[in-house]
Amino acid sequence: MVIMAQARATPEGAATTDRASAPVHVEAVGVCKHYGGRESVQALGAISLTIAKGQFISILGPSGCGKTTFLRCIAGLEKPSGGTLAVGGQTVDRPPSDMGMVFQRDVLLDWRTIYDNIFLPIEFRHESRKPYEKRAQELLKLFGLAGFDRHFPPQLSGGMRQRAAICRALIADPSLLLMDEPFGALDAMTRDQLNVELQRIWQATHKTVVFITHSIPEAVFLSDRIEVFSPRPGRIALSLDIDLPRPRRMAMRHEPEFNHYCSKIRELFEDMGLFQEE
Amino acid sequence: MVNGKLNGRVGRGILTVSSFVIFFLIWQVASQIFGIRPVILPTPVAILRELASSPGWYLLQGWYTLLTTLAGFGLAVVIGVLLSILIVEVKILDSTLYAFILALNTVPKVAVAPLFVIWLGTGSQPKIAISFLIAFFAIVIDAVLGLRSVPPEMLDLAATLRGGRWDVLRRIRFPCALPSLFAGMKVAMSLALVGSVVGEFVASEHGLGYVILAAQGTFDTPRVFAAIFVLAAGGMVLFWILSLLERRVMPWHASLQVRH
Repeated sequence: MVIMAQARATPEGAATTDRASAPVHVEAVGVCKHYGGRESVQALGAISLTIAKGQFISILGPSGCGKTTFLRCIAGLEKPSGGTLAVGGQTVDRPPSDMGMVFQRDVLLDWRTIYDNIFLPIEFRHESRKPYEKRAQELLKLFGLAGFDRHFPPQLSGGMRQRAAICRALIADPSLLLMDEPFGALDAMTRDQLNVELQRIWQATHKTVVFITHSIPEAVFLSDRIEVFSPRPGRIALSLDIDLPRPRRMAMRHEPEFNHYCSKIRELFEDMGLFQEE
Repeated sequence: MVNGKLNGRVGRGILTVSSFVIFFLIWQVASQIFGIRPVILPTPVAILRELASSPGWYLLQGWYTLLTTLAGFGLAVVIGVLLSILIVEVKILDSTLYAFILALNTVPKVAVAPLFVIWLGTGSQPKIAISFLIAFFAIVIDAVLGLRSVPPEMLDLAATLRGGRWDVLRRIRFPCALPSLFAGMKVAMSLALVGSVVGEFVASEHGLGYVILAAQGTFDTPRVFAAIFVLAAGGMVLFWILSLLERRVMPWHASLQVRH
């Protein structure tokens, strides 16, 4: 178990060596973002971090800390005001091709069936559906959507819609999956289910995942490493490796080791003055 | 209180039809009780009798008006939608062409009708032109609104899929615009009908607008009303066809309605 404040300053530790062996997938050096002109607001401090191929990284922070902004920079949806950002060794100046993204809202197209929604990325690539049909069926089955492929999104529950959105992000088999608070709008029970399902698919495919959340247990449950952001302008306040065995089970959330990580982060938030009523 | 049965589609249809029947009954009874002269207000029965006296002729006049209306409406949809796409896709056109169209919209189109006779003569072209002009603005304004109503997250999604302009337009913007476009088309259809009648008022030898104007000259009020009845019925049928088409083209909207 390695806990590092400002991790890059202390390169020792088992997890760090592990990470060094895998090729770098996402690399940010001093990425910052300002909004507006003269009286500009700084949304994001200088963020530097490295994400190795196949890692599950969560970015955790209070609302408005710039974690979504940072993810949108990786996705090529926003341009950093400063610093450099590379995905797969290439500077991000437009959305990377080998990437899937899941948003807070499912953003399914209401006029298409679930099946046709899942193929949207293939259509945008102007490729034939044929080679992806088997994969689509597998994804639907994996996320418990088999039999719902002919339904329209308004006929499904929020959890099922978000599952379909994840299938859509995975259909073209991208190596990088960006998730912007994907389960934030769901009820607690559905959220737990989806956490388990996401871990399962991540273990089966070992994609690089960057996961934004403001739920501490969710981040601990899913991640190899958590980057905790400070309030605006967001900076990395803590980089925390989670050394819990996989597959992790929901019941683990009551074990002392799990809680140790959670309280570590909670204490940090308290130090930041986020829970002042306590 | 309206019970559950009357909330269904059949129930609503029955309510609508009976409200029409009651309206005509009151009209009939009231004009007889108060002895209103037919030249002021003929009874519904008298109007129907007038229609029945020469149904083929009324249908033919209605047919002329219908063709003009459909031609004007069709042109308005095609040109209006194409222009809307350009306005939304080409930034400079928003503050130039679209602003210009919005300003032009404040001109009462009916006032321009006589000009079209000077420009285009007394054939069918000036009527189609007037019908088009009146319908066109409703289409453009609603289509632009619809094409802009795409949720920003959807455009983000399209961006992460590296979608080209045409893909985004075809697969995302246009379907998003459909509900708004249909709302515009429903308004435009009624307006196109107004446009054809105005065109026939100005200069014509046939069509329901001409029938109304000619009958008015001889104080043949039942004939005026008969033409109005045919116009109203035609307008309703056109509206109904559009609603049917709307449900066909946007089944997802229908499915939403079923759930609630």
